[in-house]
This record gives sequence, C-alpha cells and structure tokens, in this order.
Amino acid sequence: MGLFTMPSLGADMEAGTLTEWLVGPGDRVRRGDIVAVVETQKGAIEIEIFEEGTVERLEAEIGQTLPVGAPLARIRGAGEATEPEAAPGTEVVAPEPAAPETPEPQPQRPAARGLAASPAARVLAAERGIALATVTGTGPGGAILLADVERAQAVAQEAPDPRAGMRKAIASAMAKSKREIPHYYLAHRIDLQASTDWLSAQNAARPPEDRLLMGALIARAVARAAALVPAVNGHYGEEGFRPAAAVHLGLAVALRGGGLIAPAIRDAHLLKLDAMMAAMRDLVARARSGRLRSSELTEGTITLSSLGETGVEVMAGIIYPPQVALVGFGAPRPKPMVHEGVVTIRQSVTATLAADHRVSDGRIGARFLLEIDRHLQHPEEP
Amino acid sequence: MTEDEIRAAYLTALTSVAPDIEAEAIGPDDHLQEDLELDSMDVLNLVAVLHKALGVDIPERDYPQIATLSLAVGYLGRRLAG
Repeated sequence: MGLFTMPSLGADMEAGTLTEWLVGPGDRVRRGDIVAVVETQKGAIEIEIFEEGTVERLEAEIGQTLPVGAPLARIRGAGEATEPEAAPGTEVVAPEPAAPETPEPQPQRPAARGLAASPAARVLAAERGIALATVTGTGPGGAILLADVERAQAVAQEAPDPRAGMRKAIASAMAKSKREIPHYYLAHRIDLQASTDWLSAQNAARPPEDRLLMGALIARAVARAAALVPAVNGHYGEEGFRPAAAVHLGLAVALRGGGLIAPAIRDAHLLKLDAMMAAMRDLVARARSGRLRSSELTEGTITLSSLGETGVEVMAGIIYPPQVALVGFGAPRPKPMVHEGVVTIRQSVTATLAADHRVSDGRIGARFLLEIDRHLQHPEEP
Repeated sequence: MTEDEIRAAYLTALTSVAPDIEAEAIGPDDHLQEDLELDSMDVLNLVAVLHKALGVDIPERDYPQIATLSLAVGYLGRRLAG
C-alpha cells in the first residue's frame, strides 16, 4: 500500500491547500497522472502521482491546508489486497497539531463538510460570512477555534497583498541559497548581431503566430551548452552533487505586480527552435494563469533568468537550490564592439553565470559561457 | 471600422493576453512595456490576437506603433483603411 503525500514543490514550500481532487476511490492511476490541484504560494499547482495502482482512499479533503509530507491518499499497488474498511467516522485526517492547545469543546464526529470546528467558531463564521474551509485551525487535530475565525477575518480586512506569500517563499529560498551555496560569478559580453539579423529575417516571413523571440534562441543556446558542461547542470543534495543526464531548463518568469516563478522545460537540450518557442509560450501562459504541474517546479536542473528587452544590462543572480547554476541575460543593447578588427556598433548582450563553487570553478564556468556564445553565433543551426 | 471600434478591439486583445489588467485602468498613453509591464512574449501574443481579430499583420518593425492605446488606434486605423 503506497501513501501519496503532499509533495514539496521546492526548497521554499512548507504547506499547501488542497483545492481539487481529480481522482476518487477505485480510480486507476499511472505514473505522471495529474490527481489533485493544490494551492501554494506559487499559485494553483497540478499535482502528479509517481505510483501505479488504484486509489484506495482519499485521506485529505478539499479546503484543508496540509504540511509537506501529510498523507493525501492511499494507493493500492497491482496485486495488493483491498484494505479492510476503516471504521466509520475516523476518515478525516487532520494535519498534525503543532502543539497541544487550549481544548475547546470539540464535536466528536466530523461535522458538515468534514471540517473540525468548535460550535462557537461555526456560529461566528456563519454570521460574518467566512467560509470555514478558508480558515486555518490551530485547535486539537487542526480544529478551527473561535480565535482562528477572528484572526481570519482580521487578515481578510487588512486586504493583504496577494503576492505577500510568494515574496515570503522567494525570501526563504534565496536566504537558504545565500547561506549554503558559495557562489562565484562570471560575466561575458556576447555579440548578438548574427542572431538579431537572422531572427528579423525569419520573423519578416512569418505570421505573428509563428514568430520567434530572442528569448527562445537564448534558451536553446543555454540548454545545449549546459548539456556539454555537466558541472553546471544537476542537483546538490545531502550526498553532494548529482549531475543530471538531461537539461530541464528552469525559466524565471516574472509575474506582473511582483513575484517570480521558475518552472522547467523538460529535455530542453533536445528541442529545436520552434519547439523551444512553443514550450516557452505554453510555460509562461500557465505560470501566469497558475496551472503549472508539480514536476515542472521540481525537475529544473539549471535556471535561466532574462531581464527582458527594456531592462538593465547585467544581473548577478542567486542560485535556486538544489540547482548549482543560474544564467542571467541582461537586456540586449547596441554597443561599440570590435568586429573583424574594426570598432562598429553591434547588438550585444551580457550573459552572467552564478555557479556553485562546491561543484565547479571559474575555468569550467567560463567554458560554459563561451559555449553559449558559440551557439548564439550560429542561429541557423537546427 | 470606427475609431471607437478599433479602440474596443485593441483593449479586448490586450486584456485577453494580460487578464490581470483591467480595460478601464488603461490610459491612452500608457506604454505596454514600461507602464503595463508586458514582456516581449505578451507583446507577441497581442500582435497575434490583433492579427486574428482585425486581419492586420503587424510586422516587427511596427511594434513601437502599437505601444500605447492612442498610437495603436491611429496605426490600426491607417492599416485598415489602406
């Protein structure tokens, strides 16, 4: 019997709120199936399962906020016997209580909608029009107490910045990175004229739906270069560095109004330009509308952060753990550069690398940036 | 197409590619990238939606001419008339 639990969707996640079940008891599931939707600080995330079998029982209810590792469902593997029915009335699994707190009178059985809440809390919530499912309980077994409803209302009245949670998540991941990873930084100015000219010619002949962005050329160059330099591509865990066999390119997507999310494009080193463009279009749209898949948030092996067309020139980034490198691209600008022995105005861009000194050093990092440069001099490559 | 119809079509296209922006909040001279925080992907999506809605294929070199509502109304009016 497998236990399907609340997954960790990055170094910065502590808990998630279950908002949707896409399977029920008796349904067959296969590796990679999307089985639930969980609301996190990064928006609504589609949760994939990594087991085969049949859903025996759902252990969590819609609206529950559960810590990472809390049981969500029991999955019966092929050939396993059905579990005996659990005693009625014991099905609600609440998050582990943080600490024993003042016990208020508790209903002995799960009440309407399966949420444990004190009678006083229910009355107040009904009076004030607060949905109990949105309230985080601090009572025994996660039960909602009167004070929890009052707190929820106070929070709602403060009209908090919806991005505050995301800011907190970014802060915790970046503080962890700066604390644990000895970063080193390299910068390299790349002549972007060949890529710019090639792109303009391509796009002049394409309808808007099929046009390409410089971002896709850059992403392709970074992914292919990372495939050649294993020391920048992988995860650093308790046993040290594990290089990745494939490049799953994390793409830092800025959200309007603040915040950032870096979902990954799978096997980015194998993608041709049109496929890369399509993957980026899809990923950016879903990052903004909040329908990313859990694997996209955890599989990234290296991250690319671009400052866009109107931004500044250079960025010194912070590595997203457990990755070991982050590539930054400033805004492309025309600059005086020496081209074929003559100073001319060329479109250029500054690429930077923030890399983990536990895994690589400057010479390897330099090879990686030069490899990116080489790819950008050959935009026509298939 | 009247100027008002073009304005409405542009705002519909813009709010479809950036659903978090409200049409009423967009000023005539708000710049897509500098004021409304659209990135190059959003601008490309906007051009694609306008192509579909109005049949006007805006080449890359003309992107600056749709950078604000008032610029776009003038530019699209000329393209539709011509």
